[in-house]
Amino acid sequence: MSKLRLLFIKEGPAAYISHLDLLRTVQRAFPRTELDIKHSNGYHPHPIISIVLPLPVGQSSQCELLDFEVTQDTDGSGIADKLNEGMPEGLHVLSCYEAKRPVRELAALKAEVTFEYDNGVPEDAAAKLQELLSRQEIIIQKRTKRKDMADVDIAPMILRTDWRTGEGALVGTVLVQAQNPGLNPQLLEKAVERYAPELTPDFTRVRRLELLDAEGKIFR
Amino acid sequence: MDKKLERILPRVQKPARYTGGEYNAVKKDPAQVDTRVAFCFPDTYEIGMSNLGMRILYGVMNNMDGVWCQRVFAPWGDMEEEMRRAHMPLFALESGEPITDFDIVAFSVGYEMAFTSILNMLDLAGIPLHSADRTGLTPLVIAGGTAMYNPEPIADFIDIVSLGEGEDVTVELIELHRKARKEGWSKAEFLHRAAQVPGLYVPSLYDVEYNPDGTVKAITPRDGAPGVVRKRIVQDMDKSYYPAKTIVPSTEIVQDRVTLELFRGCIRGCRFCQAGYVYRPVRNRSEDLCVRYGVEACNDSGYQEVTLSSLSTSDYPQLTELCDDLEEFCQARHVNLSLPSLRADNFSMGLMQRLAKGRKSGLTFAPEAGTQRLRDVINKNVTQEELLASCRTAFAGGYNAVKLYFMLGLPTETDEDVLGIADLAARVMHAWRESASNKQRGVRITVSTSWFVPKPHTAFQWEPQISKEEYERRVKLLREAITTKTVTYNWHDPDTSFLEAVLARGDRRMCKVLETAWRKGAKLDAWEAYFSLDRWLEAFEECGLDPHFYANRQREKDEVMPWSMISSGVTEEYLWRELQQAKAGVTTPDCRTRCNACGANHMVGGTCHV
Repeated sequence: MSKLRLLFIKEGPAAYISHLDLLRTVQRAFPRTELDIKHSNGYHPHPIISIVLPLPVGQSSQCELLDFEVTQDTDGSGIADKLNEGMPEGLHVLSCYEAKRPVRELAALKAEVTFEYDNGVPEDAAAKLQELLSRQEIIIQKRTKRKDMADVDIAPMILRTDWRTGEGALVGTVLVQAQNPGLNPQLLEKAVERYAPELTPDFTRVRRLELLDAEGKIFR
Repeated sequence: MDKKLERILPRVQKPARYTGGEYNAVKKDPAQVDTRVAFCFPDTYEIGMSNLGMRILYGVMNNMDGVWCQRVFAPWGDMEEEMRRAHMPLFALESGEPITDFDIVAFSVGYEMAFTSILNMLDLAGIPLHSADRTGLTPLVIAGGTAMYNPEPIADFIDIVSLGEGEDVTVELIELHRKARKEGWSKAEFLHRAAQVPGLYVPSLYDVEYNPDGTVKAITPRDGAPGVVRKRIVQDMDKSYYPAKTIVPSTEIVQDRVTLELFRGCIRGCRFCQAGYVYRPVRNRSEDLCVRYGVEACNDSGYQEVTLSSLSTSDYPQLTELCDDLEEFCQARHVNLSLPSLRADNFSMGLMQRLAKGRKSGLTFAPEAGTQRLRDVINKNVTQEELLASCRTAFAGGYNAVKLYFMLGLPTETDEDVLGIADLAARVMHAWRESASNKQRGVRITVSTSWFVPKPHTAFQWEPQISKEEYERRVKLLREAITTKTVTYNWHDPDTSFLEAVLARGDRRMCKVLETAWRKGAKLDAWEAYFSLDRWLEAFEECGLDPHFYANRQREKDEVMPWSMISSGVTEEYLWRELQQAKAGVTTPDCRTRCNACGANHMVGGTCHV
């Protein structure tokens, strides 16, 4: 028996595949590997597959991780190529390897956040944004699991942000807490709406760049 | 990805329906393409992608050099709203390009309730609705599918209707269109030539005259078009294309599994069933080929469920052999076999054991009518004893849920027949008590009734649909007669069935009604969320037509049916004979027992290989 981990890209049309649909899509590609996925015990056994940090629909990522267990002993070599034969456009497995590091060691997420402005980037926007997102307290309204809105201070979850002005857009490289609790970088838009409405973008795009541990080293 | 689309997608439900890029979606180099076909399904992605015909023709067209067939589905309301606001025309999933200037826009029309979505999709694409307003060769708007056996309600909007199975005629039509463009024919010249191709019906080449009472007086072809257009079929199922390598949607669809088509046609001859008549004659696919396709399709798609598809799968001659030959593969790959529906007269323990090894939940039988008398009228040759025996087998084998489907309003139905449904359900309940292997789990018996819709090209095409009041009275009668708690009774919404009955046997004057209803907002009428009968009734009123004339009127033998220029291969004389047999309560044996001379045998050289 082996515990394996996939590192994969999810982008383009595949960015709109929901979490459950992604699990289904990956499961359908598995028979190509001739690996036997371990199933849960129970009346309706289900395959043991989990996505380490589910990606919100619409965001893209070059660092997605998926854990699964197989009944065979394998180090995962050759699996990525076989899986890629059955993948939709925008899903691409980069590697498959033994899952050695526990998920709890995943601490931070580096992402690129693009704020698009159709009528040009407002003046001094990068600097203003930098200041705003470095405050000690940033309260936004967030939908809770019970579906009602609650005030949340996201300041402690923002570890670092760097903003530069691009063509018709502000591009930020942001480092946020990944879990317990994690911050969806998309929510930075909410902070802007509340504290600097004149900087509210016409569209926000998020791409995950890297997963990091508490020391700032790459988490695999 | 298109920038407009990227901005819209975060705001709509299930955005994966609109992105394309699925595994096996066909991409072609535009420089190598001279014919772009927008293959449109006038319903949502989840419904359209579940359609086997769509997958077959997608493969057939994309196997042609220079042809790029791309899929288009009806957007859900939220998406449509966003697209209209962003001035984004309807686009094809493969290239993301607007279909406005595609060479051919082809609709697959399986049911009447999709008619308004055709108009809506043309409008979203910025294509003129009326055939007469499209003066050039492109875009050519064509339609096919089961609902096109009476295309008259959409005749004004469609340039060419393709009748029957499209594997061959679609290729011929595309080649002809390519030639027309190359040689610079006028649209009139092209339509004239297309009308000479067997299976292609060109509505604009037929003049329809009406009697003072509103019935059709005469249908007259012009410009050398044939008086009767006969459907096309695939002669040999072993040589016809099967989509073993086909698109695997990245989002869940309705039929999310491999569909393995075992045969076309049906030996039974139920008198209400349009599919049973129009898909004749029966043509089987060889068992070994079915095994091979099943394995190939599972291996390529990764699906773990295969549905053994046909109009009546338990009538496939080598069904148990097929299940046995697939067993080893299925076991190794954890693949389940399923059947779409079962006949209650040949459901065996052996078959049951071969199906759904893991989960035994429910079985579905369709006795259609509550008494033997009425089952004989409709030629559903299933006896009560056969049904009960099948249920006993199922209960003994561990099943604890049975669904029973019936129709209310069948010709000659009496209250006794309606109450017979409740009686039958009670007997099924009793069968469970007698034979259930595990009584602790209880039993669920579901009785569902729909409202009978008479369809063209069936023995009941002359018959009226009963009135809504009468249907509702019979529903109430049945509801009150079902007293057992374990029997759940569901009945179909009357409004949609009424409109279906109106549209199914509509004539060309219905085009105006359709357009009016669409302008009032009708679209996706098969969905409760969108359907409104009031909108339609207003449209009829404004157009000066009476919907009851179409739904509830008894037709005479000599009446010219609006679809009488279209032949399914089954003769009208045969249908009339079947109607008389129905009224006499005389059954007709299945095609394997005896040839009943319906006429469809002439499509396969005189003798059917049933």
